[in-house]
Amino acid sequence: MPTKIEKDAISGQNTTGHEWDGLKELNTPLPRWWLYTFYACILFALVWMVMYPSIPIRGLTGVTGYIAREAGTAELAEARTRAEPMMARLRAATPAQIAADPELRAYAIAGGRVAFANNCAACHGAGGQGATGGYPTLADDDWLWGGTLADIRTTITHGIRNQDDDEARTSVMPRFLGDGMLNRAQIQDVAQHVLGLSGLATDQAAAARGATVFAENCVSCHGEQGEGNQELGAPRLSDRIWLNGPDVRTIEAFISNPRLGVMPAFGQRLDGATINMLAVYVHSLGGGR
Amino acid sequence: MATTVPMTAPDTDIRYVESPIRAFAIATMFWGVVGFLMGVTIASQLAWPLLNLDLEWTTFGRLRPVHTSAVIFAFGGNALLCTSLYVVQRTCRARLFGGEEMGWFLFWGYNFFIVTAALGYVLGVTQGKEYAEPEWFVDLWLTLVWVLYLVAFGGTILKREEPHIYVANWFYLAFIITVAMLHIGNNLALPVGGTGRSFGVAGGVQDAMIQWWYGHNAVGFFLTAGFLGMMYYFIPKQAERPVYSYRLSIIHFWSLIFLYIWAGPHHLHYTALPDWAQTLGMVFSIMLWMPSWGGMINGLMTLSGAWDKLRTNPALRFSVTAVGFYGMSTFEGPVMSIRAVNALSHYTDWTIGHVHSGAMGWVGFITFGALYWLFPVLWRKSRLYSERLVAWHFWIATLGIVLYITAMWVSGIMQGLMWRATDELGFLQYSFIETVAAMHPYYVIRMLGGLLYLAGSLIMVWNLYKTVTMVESEEPQALPSGAVAAAAE
Repeated sequence: MPTKIEKDAISGQNTTGHEWDGLKELNTPLPRWWLYTFYACILFALVWMVMYPSIPIRGLTGVTGYIAREAGTAELAEARTRAEPMMARLRAATPAQIAADPELRAYAIAGGRVAFANNCAACHGAGGQGATGGYPTLADDDWLWGGTLADIRTTITHGIRNQDDDEARTSVMPRFLGDGMLNRAQIQDVAQHVLGLSGLATDQAAAARGATVFAENCVSCHGEQGEGNQELGAPRLSDRIWLNGPDVRTIEAFISNPRLGVMPAFGQRLDGATINMLAVYVHSLGGGR
Repeated sequence: MATTVPMTAPDTDIRYVESPIRAFAIATMFWGVVGFLMGVTIASQLAWPLLNLDLEWTTFGRLRPVHTSAVIFAFGGNALLCTSLYVVQRTCRARLFGGEEMGWFLFWGYNFFIVTAALGYVLGVTQGKEYAEPEWFVDLWLTLVWVLYLVAFGGTILKREEPHIYVANWFYLAFIITVAMLHIGNNLALPVGGTGRSFGVAGGVQDAMIQWWYGHNAVGFFLTAGFLGMMYYFIPKQAERPVYSYRLSIIHFWSLIFLYIWAGPHHLHYTALPDWAQTLGMVFSIMLWMPSWGGMINGLMTLSGAWDKLRTNPALRFSVTAVGFYGMSTFEGPVMSIRAVNALSHYTDWTIGHVHSGAMGWVGFITFGALYWLFPVLWRKSRLYSERLVAWHFWIATLGIVLYITAMWVSGIMQGLMWRATDELGFLQYSFIETVAAMHPYYVIRMLGGLLYLAGSLIMVWNLYKTVTMVESEEPQALPSGAVAAAAE
């Protein structure tokens, strides 16, 4: 197609004279503001490249001397230094001493809340409310392994039934059906008896039969009246508080093949000050002894 | 108006290849609906995790790549193949190199790639690279299809009857060549015997760098350059005005092509990537601002003297709004690439909002505008079935985008601020799970935005279906292109 330059009446610009499928182009000059902004961006880029590392040669960091890793490390170190006097006191004190000192306690509650949210809330709930299925409530006064500040600190430090810490809290409830220690009828009876300890039995005859089974198999850990034993982490059965739910099927299933709770040893993940803060925080949730 | 430049296509007796292009147009619609539906699905899963259904095939992790690939590669890819093969023939006055057979091979070959890729995602066969999930055997097939696409497109340009190459074709060609390079570069992998799996040749931070060199330029060349090609044909066609500035098109084309390819490292700020690469990624992104806006200026200013058409031609409204969203995202992008801004925005929903203003606003709308123009032309109709339905589609989809991106801005910035918030003692104020809980309302709004966008696309499907099947009273005739908008007035 021959070149045919036309003048566009609306813009006053000429076309380039080319045409494709009826499409034409005006030969408008570059908008000035566009061009100068483009130049400004290039200038900004060049200045930035002088100020910050932009050349792959070791040691050439730009005139600011900025190195991302060092900047980050320094920021962390500064935060740590700022917190250290307080953290040192928290590390040296026992949880009981922290709880008794208003300044330390306020700090520990603030720090413990964050540490709890990031480490504990996934299982125990954002407010320590626990969850059905074996995640104990921490905001009540029913404790499996003891609710004093020292007990809580031990549990957090070493965890429960984990393989990583020799001092982890450990106890094992037998699989009464799985290991053939009781038959189904006996388990149904003893489940009724356990419900009866809280006054919830639905079948009094079965509960009565279950009393014998309970006496022979359960009292050594859970106590004659189902009062539990915190030395062994054996839950109190007579308080209408249930780890796994109060219905009879769940209790039968648990006696048959218990699913025992596990908790990591946080002493291997968090420093002593944080563990102390956590102990004080958990203790303050509502049920500390 | 008598002295304005006349914009009518010359009569021609060339038999252009059209059937495969019609098929691509239909596939674009189909995959669009699939992609938007998957988007609404996974958005709902984020708001209500129960909808993962506890089945491995329907979990978010597997459906998310189905959504992204369906929208980018299936919807966007079919739209680009459709329009590029249409445009290159008209603007070169040459029949497609390879003819009908080539067109059909590209259609079936490309869509076979999409189906295989999607099946892989759902069944868990992926190499785990974002936007490059398909395993090596799918990659090899796509390579074959893509090389033939280059042959068909480049062959048509080589045998053109026009002395010059139209600007749309520069962009399409840059898109085809660069995507080939990116695809091969990012998918170099060693297959592991018989399992369908593979190991990439690079590892660690090198692998991450290659991945984001690919990922960023998938945006730059697939979603930007390719769709700019679309813009450069369909906006002047719809507006019936000459392109605003040839000089601007040259400068912004070459600066865009040269600068985009270096901007990938801005995806890896504050990572193990060496500082110098992070700095370069950032400054190249800043320099990219004006080259990107060159396309916006050329798109918008082409309407000078034809702005009144926006009132009467709702399809043009799509194309023009698309350019507006393009300008917005290509400003937001450089801002987010600044390291200090990135410290707040990275890993938050802000990024998701940014991507979607580009994907829904720019890529989606420019494609809708092109489809509304192309369907009557390809099926020899004098007009669309209903302009009113186009207007409905436009407003519903625009409302959807606005809901989507504002929800993601708010939730993203809130998320970033919550992550870094500390109390007066220096302790973090929020746990991660608290930030997740805080985002729930915005996830619901986002889902509603997506639902509106999906609803709009269904209106389009109905409208275009009726356009294809409607019987016109007068004798249907081959239209000179450019006549549709005029007929609609």
